[in-house]
Amino acid sequence: MLKFVSLLLALSFCQGLQHNNIDDYVEAEPVFEASKYGSLWPLPQKVQISEVSFKLTSSSFRIVDAKASSAGPSCSLLQSAYRRYYEYMFGSAKKQWWSKNNRRSDPSDLSELQVWITSPDSECDGYPSVTSDESCEYLPFLVHVMFYGLETFSQLVFEDEYGAKSINATIINDFPRFQHRGILLDSSRHFLPIKVILANLETMAMNKFNVFHWHIVDDQSFPYLSRTFPQLSEQGAYHPYTHVYTPADVKMVIEFARLRGIRVIPEFDTPGHTQSWGKGQKDLLTPCYSGSKPSGSFGPVNPILNTTYDFMAQFFTEISTVFPDGYVHLGGDEVDFTCWKSNPDIQKFMEQQHFGDDYRKLESFYIQKLLDIVTSTKKGYLIWQEVFDNGVKLKPDTVVHVWIGGGSDKEMSNVTAAGYTTILSAPWYLDYISYGQDWQKYYKVEPLNFEGTDEQKKLVIGGEACLWGEYVDATNLTPRLWPRASAVAERLWSAKDVTDIGDAFNRLSLHRCRMVE
Amino acid sequence: MLSYQNTYLDDLVDLPNTLDHMLEDLLGSQNFETLGLHSVEGVWPLPQSITSSPERYPLNPQAFYFTYGSQSAAQEGCSVLDEAFKRYFSLIFPDYSSGYGFLRFSVDKPFTVQVSVGRDDCDSYPDEDSSEQYTLSVSAGQASLKAETVWGALRGLETFSQLVYQEDFGSYYVNKTEIKDFPRFQFRGILLDTSRHYLPVQAILKTLDAMAFSKFNVFHWHIVDDPSFPYQSRTFPDLSAKGAFHPMTHIYTQSDVGRVISFARMRGIRVLPEFDSPGHTQSWGKGQSDLLTPCYSGSSPSGTFGPVNPILPSTYKFMATLFKEVSSVFPDSYIHLGGDEVNFSCWKSNPDVRAFMLKMGFGADFTKLEAYYMENIVNITVALNRTSIVWQDVFDYHERIPKDTVLHIWKGLPASYAAELSAITKAGYRVLLAAPWYINHISYGQDWRNYYTVQPLNFSGTEEQKKLVIGGEVCMWGEYVDATNLTPRLWPRASAAAERLWSDEKQTSDVDKAFPRLQDFRCELLRYFSFSDNAHGI
Repeated sequence: MLKFVSLLLALSFCQGLQHNNIDDYVEAEPVFEASKYGSLWPLPQKVQISEVSFKLTSSSFRIVDAKASSAGPSCSLLQSAYRRYYEYMFGSAKKQWWSKNNRRSDPSDLSELQVWITSPDSECDGYPSVTSDESCEYLPFLVHVMFYGLETFSQLVFEDEYGAKSINATIINDFPRFQHRGILLDSSRHFLPIKVILANLETMAMNKFNVFHWHIVDDQSFPYLSRTFPQLSEQGAYHPYTHVYTPADVKMVIEFARLRGIRVIPEFDTPGHTQSWGKGQKDLLTPCYSGSKPSGSFGPVNPILNTTYDFMAQFFTEISTVFPDGYVHLGGDEVDFTCWKSNPDIQKFMEQQHFGDDYRKLESFYIQKLLDIVTSTKKGYLIWQEVFDNGVKLKPDTVVHVWIGGGSDKEMSNVTAAGYTTILSAPWYLDYISYGQDWQKYYKVEPLNFEGTDEQKKLVIGGEACLWGEYVDATNLTPRLWPRASAVAERLWSAKDVTDIGDAFNRLSLHRCRMVE
Repeated sequence: MLSYQNTYLDDLVDLPNTLDHMLEDLLGSQNFETLGLHSVEGVWPLPQSITSSPERYPLNPQAFYFTYGSQSAAQEGCSVLDEAFKRYFSLIFPDYSSGYGFLRFSVDKPFTVQVSVGRDDCDSYPDEDSSEQYTLSVSAGQASLKAETVWGALRGLETFSQLVYQEDFGSYYVNKTEIKDFPRFQFRGILLDTSRHYLPVQAILKTLDAMAFSKFNVFHWHIVDDPSFPYQSRTFPDLSAKGAFHPMTHIYTQSDVGRVISFARMRGIRVLPEFDSPGHTQSWGKGQSDLLTPCYSGSSPSGTFGPVNPILPSTYKFMATLFKEVSSVFPDSYIHLGGDEVNFSCWKSNPDVRAFMLKMGFGADFTKLEAYYMENIVNITVALNRTSIVWQDVFDYHERIPKDTVLHIWKGLPASYAAELSAITKAGYRVLLAAPWYINHISYGQDWRNYYTVQPLNFSGTEEQKKLVIGGEVCMWGEYVDATNLTPRLWPRASAAAERLWSDEKQTSDVDKAFPRLQDFRCELLRYFSFSDNAHGI
């Protein structure tokens, strides 16, 4: 990825500087107080905005690679980002663009944004990964900036009263507090059209989120079209043609995300939450019994058959090639034991394995084998917290995902004490709605507010806002997710002491306007 | 005979917000296989009486006609019904578009919906007494829809469109059906608040369309309030020039208002404007000096303002002029005057107001001052030949108001609104119930169930008292609502209240039984939203 990017603002200006106080601008919005940080969201780590402002003219303004940058015109990632952000800043300005008397830049014009990737390897064709460096720095003339710097730059641009695009001289040095800043979307409970997912990725980039956790399948439906097992979606999707994600769809999502510096982590949750898998894959799920006869219903994945593991090996081999990210989310939450208990074959297996009546041991047995399979595909994995709680042996680089509401501080403590990295979602279940400004609740969360050593705290690599799909589909996803998730974005990006809720409100209000556009 | 084969909803213009872009894809997100499950009871709200048989008839869009019955008082040229035929043709055949090009000669037998009304009220507005009852009889090759008024015919057309379903291979069918239907309550409203957040006219029109699907018949337009004054007055243009969020982009011009009213009329919906005073008027003060009470801090004005100043004759002169305009712009015979949540602290602080209190013999009881103000305002509207609706606060202060005033209940939990229903109807006033349907209050899960299980007449009182409950209203206050989230927040939750207000309570007491029908209905709403956007090729 872009190891180290720099932006150079090449200015051509003389004495005739305009003094355009940012406060003047915000007065247009009478309800809100002006924040001295304008509309920046999430707040950069270090920022100084001066009162000196420059004009940007769509006809003369350019975003270009700095001479010393390791990325050149062949870096399609940056080139498409330049175009995107140019359109984003000057979207409605086609008049100037086509005007014949293309006036030369005024003395106080800002004519160029130079982007300087300082690391030797620009990572233009790679995928963002856990180790990608996202730090960046802005200076008025010489600026070291990370990929997300373009977003920050665009947020600094504002319109004065006459509609002219302006930017104040600003020095920014920025990097994220947490490296994993995710949004979970659930495309199983309700199918989400690709367009909705792409629109969401766009908004994520505006908020500097960098992980799209795609909870792609679950009990309700299996929309992922597998090349190896096409019958999974043929039988398990809500509709075999209209409600599936084809390989081309998935690729489009991954590329769209990559161009915005966003990782795509798919989740294939087992052994529970798999009702829809059973429709297209015979013998995968455990037949439940009523007395001595099969009841006709099915439970979690059947952990006692070799065929189960053969299937999983083939399936996850495919997943490891389709999704380029180094991690896969394996779920492992909420396994209901009643069906396993009812099944005589499972009872027999429990006896053979000396598990007694402890079905958690059976669950661990399954997960252990699954983890070994996934490890052999050279992927790391994330798992929901229950897998850790049940004492399954985990690889040291496993990420434990904490989601259970009460007691999540204790859980964070335990997980990190055991030496595992962790991400936090418990306080950020955004599908739970309530009346009023609940973004404040999400904003006030302090992820490191648990008992533990400094070493333990370092193991918290981030968090995710989850939008589960029970009551969410394309009709209400956007207004339900944004700007509420933006509160989480700032908590995960900005410094720990950025906690002024009043200032946050003022900036967020403006940020929301930008997102609504 | 009219046939509409290549039409689309031309009175819907595209809405430029993100939501609507998403709505294009809504057809793709219907997760319930509704078509296979189609039951003939799939009408929402449930008709008073419906019988149907498994016998069904195919409908071919190329051989489908609306026609006026020979005995009908309204004939071709009736604006309300001509427009409705055009609209419902597109709603009945959502995937039939001009894209199919050539008219092929059909071998199918034609199907005709024959509409007959008893009165030619095509050019009038729906009002409080308008009959909405209709009978609908579907048989081989034809459906007969009879109603007293065109408004009743509109309700019947809506029902007919919901009876038509599409099979797996895309063919349309309707089952043999007999329906006799009428509303339980005469007033079934939705309140939109365009002051706390401005709502573009398109968002209002879209809501009116969706209201018609649920047979709502009153759009209560809470048009101004403290935060902004978007109504552009002919007489007092400064009110919106200074009191709107933006004097050009965030206002409703006279032609906007006219458009809303005529769009609503075409759907049999009344438009009830609310100009709330004396509280909730901060935005009025910006464009009308001396209208609001100057608050005092000690012996000098503090620079802030309170409710409307009730002691100045100029206030009543202003109000009389404004309401004269309002009554000429809004044809409905009702005006909502507000009257809720008046804060007395500013009045108390003002020495002139205190002197007036003394002079009038009100003592220290500021509710008497409020009563004095409201009486004057109500009398202004009486003189304009308008009936007033006021929030329950006005009754709670025992103000002397004309007996035909309607009290609007908005406060509290079941226990307290039941007591209020009891008290107000006992005093002989008519009431409108909104308290259980504050739909802007959101919570996790299927809260439509709470809106569905309300029993509006479950209060202690005589039969006579119960008759004074004229209906109910769903309120979507605007603190956290604007064009970006209005539609998914309002629908289909408001539809739960729609059935409570239209259908027979005994037949619709089972929430679980209602659920599949509501799901079905939601799909129809989604089909409409996707259709209305695609029609204009966004």
